[in-house]
Amino acid sequence: MKYLTTIGLEVHVQLKTRSKMFCACAVEYGAGPNAHTCPTCLGLPGALPVMNQHALELTTLTGLMLDCAIAPYCKFDRKNYFYPDMPKNYQISQYDLPICVGGAVPLHDLAYPKDAQKSIATPDKKVGLVRIHLEEDVAKSFHYDTSTGVDFNRAGTPLMEIVTEPEIGSPEEAFAFLSSLRQILLYGGVSDADMEKGQLRCDCNVSVRPEGQAEFGSKIEIKNMNTVSGVRKALAYEVQRQTAELEGGRKLQQETRRWDDASAQTFLMRTKENAHDYRYFPDPDLMPVRTETLVTTARAGMPELPSAKRARFVDQYGVSGYDAAVLADDQDLSAYFEAAAAKAAKPKAIVNWVLNDLLSAVSSAGKGMRECPLPPQALTELVDLIDAGKISGKQGKEVFAEMFGSGKGAATIVKEKGLEQLSDTGTLEALVDQVIAANPKPVADFKAGNPAPLNFLKGQVMKLSKGQANPVVTSEILQRKLTAGEGPGGV
Amino acid sequence: MSAPDLDVRYIARLARLELSDEEVARYQSQLSNVLTFVEALRKVDVSGVEPTAHASPVFNVFRQDVAQASFTPKEALANAPRQANDLFVVTKVVE
Repeated sequence: MKYLTTIGLEVHVQLKTRSKMFCACAVEYGAGPNAHTCPTCLGLPGALPVMNQHALELTTLTGLMLDCAIAPYCKFDRKNYFYPDMPKNYQISQYDLPICVGGAVPLHDLAYPKDAQKSIATPDKKVGLVRIHLEEDVAKSFHYDTSTGVDFNRAGTPLMEIVTEPEIGSPEEAFAFLSSLRQILLYGGVSDADMEKGQLRCDCNVSVRPEGQAEFGSKIEIKNMNTVSGVRKALAYEVQRQTAELEGGRKLQQETRRWDDASAQTFLMRTKENAHDYRYFPDPDLMPVRTETLVTTARAGMPELPSAKRARFVDQYGVSGYDAAVLADDQDLSAYFEAAAAKAAKPKAIVNWVLNDLLSAVSSAGKGMRECPLPPQALTELVDLIDAGKISGKQGKEVFAEMFGSGKGAATIVKEKGLEQLSDTGTLEALVDQVIAANPKPVADFKAGNPAPLNFLKGQVMKLSKGQANPVVTSEILQRKLTAGEGPGGV
Repeated sequence: MSAPDLDVRYIARLARLELSDEEVARYQSQLSNVLTFVEALRKVDVSGVEPTAHASPVFNVFRQDVAQASFTPKEALANAPRQANDLFVVTKVVE
């Protein structure tokens, strides 16, 4: 029997703010334990929360970028639970009136895992969103043999939760969703979205049902995934496990599981009977929010989105859709390309240099695009030299390597190395005359109708010019002189 | 007016309280009384009233995103019953 997979994700994103959500403690990754705490984020009695306006603006911007409706009015609620990572015994979150409602994330081809890009089941799919809300993150726990240590630096930092519709059909689509979302978040400067630093985490809901069955299968939640490839692996494992259970005639129950990367398996955490009962209610310490001014501010900060950038690169610079996608994948890379292409005679030539030579040079130097030693204008200069026939493409590679290493300009290197091609027709004509005079036999053969000696003669001109003769111009002159017979300037 | 169903043991578990049978019985009747009072509110016609989370018409109480000095780790941990390496230490909890 064939089985259908249904996946929904809850993605947690740490916002890029200087201070926490409800207090003025600094947000800093990698600080010593409990270096950034105050009565509010430690949950001390009597401390009161005050909202960070910028966090609300960033969430609103995310909503605009993802085509959500921004609620005109929203509020914060208390989510009650007991755990040492939240000593006031409730997390401030949003329950029934979140900031953003609806919306979607478009999945683009390059966002899929590399091995799956050739077999995308649903190209140009958009994954719908249920909502985006804002809450506070909790403290970080370190579990030891007999005790647990708690660090409150992360407690109270702004955390945005993005909830998708159950519309994701495969682990690969989940991967593409997270990559596409991450890219948009980076474009908006909303978050650094570094999964290694826990800035983007996700819970996955996955169920499997036999084809033809209308209602979803039992929902299994996998908690706290922190790599995109981990999400793909965990979901693939779960789909296989659940399918095997159903095929074996067993029933699945709603439960929460945990992914263990080392053993590449999921393990049961809790069943439905032990599900949490959070008893949400409005937080009386926080006044409601009218979002009108937030929307105005957020609109002003709207970036060009990845899809728009890709389309524009194709239109404006004539690059291929694939190249546009590779460029747009990295904001530093696309900024570099645009700076180099802006004044270039042939922007299309620039893209090849950027995506091939430059990217590999930068990565083999162990650098990021931001530390690229070659300014974009320098690349434009080089490409224009090649384009104008001043140097050959092959010499261009040599010059490029030298530029990348020494930081010297292309023209300087060409001069220093004596690479400049001889394109001056007067000088070339003299050389060609010399060659024709010195090789009467091949010249006669050619005139008799054998085209082969042409290359030999061209080679002689190159030799005479010490490799500097422009091959294209040399060919032209040679052909002209040999076929013109007794014309002026002829032999 | 009859009191609504109330599972005192469940409520106690959510609040991490351990109750004796005698306490369960006592709180059952006390809490049922409270709920009976609240039930009276249900009789009010609120069909024309906008739902509201707060009584006063105050909105958008914000602070700017500026970081300020906070506790030193030593101050933060001053009242911790147990601590080690600048961490609060609690009985092991793993979900």
